[in-house]
Amino acid sequence: MNLLEILSYGFIQRALLAGTLIALLCSVLGVFLVLRRLSLIGDGLAHVTFGSTAIALALKLYSAMSLLVSAPIVMLASLGILKLTEKGRLSGDAAIGLVSALGISVGIILASVGGGYNVDLLSYLFGNILSIRSEEVVIAALLCFGVMLLLTLYYHELFAISFSDELAKVSGIRTSYINAILVLLTALSVVLAMKLVGIMLISSMLIVPAASALQLARGFKVCIVLAALQGCSSVIIGIIISIMSNLPASASIVMVNLLFFAVACVVRRIIYPKNSN
Amino acid sequence: MSGEIVRAQLLSCSYREGRVLEDISFQVERGDYVGIVGPNGSGKSTLVKALLGLVTISKGSAQLFGHSLSSFRDWHKVGYLPQSLHLVNPVFPATVHETVGLGLLSLKRFPKRLNRSDNQKIDLTLDELGVSDLKHKLIGELSGGQLQRVLLARAIVNDPELLVLDEPTAALDPETRGRFYAMIADINRSRGVTVLLVTHDSGAIGEHASKMLYLDKKILFYGSFDEFCHSPEMSSLFGEHSQHLMCHRH
Repeated sequence: MNLLEILSYGFIQRALLAGTLIALLCSVLGVFLVLRRLSLIGDGLAHVTFGSTAIALALKLYSAMSLLVSAPIVMLASLGILKLTEKGRLSGDAAIGLVSALGISVGIILASVGGGYNVDLLSYLFGNILSIRSEEVVIAALLCFGVMLLLTLYYHELFAISFSDELAKVSGIRTSYINAILVLLTALSVVLAMKLVGIMLISSMLIVPAASALQLARGFKVCIVLAALQGCSSVIIGIIISIMSNLPASASIVMVNLLFFAVACVVRRIIYPKNSN
Repeated sequence: MSGEIVRAQLLSCSYREGRVLEDISFQVERGDYVGIVGPNGSGKSTLVKALLGLVTISKGSAQLFGHSLSSFRDWHKVGYLPQSLHLVNPVFPATVHETVGLGLLSLKRFPKRLNRSDNQKIDLTLDELGVSDLKHKLIGELSGGQLQRVLLARAIVNDPELLVLDEPTAALDPETRGRFYAMIADINRSRGVTVLLVTHDSGAIGEHASKMLYLDKKILFYGSFDEFCHSPEMSSLFGEHSQHLMCHRH
């Protein structure tokens, strides 16, 4: 099968389009999350997504409809993590672990009560971008537009809190409000990304492009652009590799992302040998 | 132009391990250069953080420009330089220009955008502090002295009326430290900016400060530098010889 033939299939076109949009969101958000040392929030929220998807499936709500259940639950969980960190005398990683455990436990209990792990729930664990439907592409496009618009509007505030919470506060920025926006947008992106790479690999979509961009970027805006470029190209290359080699799309996307990271590390050593240690 | 810039009234702060500040009352007038000194753990940093609303005040109150902290909105009037060693993530990808630009956000309304004149303002400030050649460098690539100047540029780029500095010279060698204090004194004199500077370096600050506040959980002394030099309480605290060393340069 050649490349043009691959691209002529509707399901592949949908996968590439939705995947690119979701990757764009995740990689841009990832830069802020990594710099705020909230990298693992994606992992924690993915576990909550597992629990919320189990609730949706128990209510007989599938694919796009399941998003209606998952999105608000995961958004609430993201605010819960934030509140636990701000008020609960917990560090970010402990708060993420706590909420994550709650999400996965709910998922396991509901799956068990509902007659064991069914195929639908397992497909959410490992993702299945090639089965994405037209209405899911539309939802992804709408959410992508909304999230990118908010990220653009709040760019400087997000930049400021990523640099220093303390300095941002003394610049009159309502840091708890901006933090809430950041985690809510992350929650929405995680719910969307679940279909792309699955619950197990979502955090890599957030972390790896940002980690690679941090190796090479000379400037905050440049860092965001590099992360977005890597995220989107990893999805396109990963999907094509998966079809040509008959490999799972989710793992292929993540492996391409990791390959980009390795290349970024090598390039950094060559270009900036003094700063590589 | 005169006026009250900072007022603390019976201000107390507590952490889990106990009370850090107790019944602090003082006021700072426009144009003052106040050196806040005291031993380690005396609550110097907590005091300035409380005045900026960064830590919770357990009792009493603080005012900036005549407003309580909860109603204060004019953050563009304040420039803040914290202890930089704790502040900067060495892998943060921002350039010096981008970092200094953050100081202008307090002047902007939503959606905050920097325009060409803001960029010129950033360039001018970098030039004024002698670091314009670092404009395109990443902040993680700077030396301690360069980083301090860049963070000072961030703090003054919005032309603040009050500049709060928390142990800004902790990571600097004595020569760079002296130049830094002189730079702050120049900003105080030439721009009329009110300065609150926390330091453990009583001698060096005495050369420039118009007022000294000696803190050890409570205020032990607050007054002009001359009064500080002639205070019997300070003589007994530092010893006459040390007090003389601190004061003879003034």
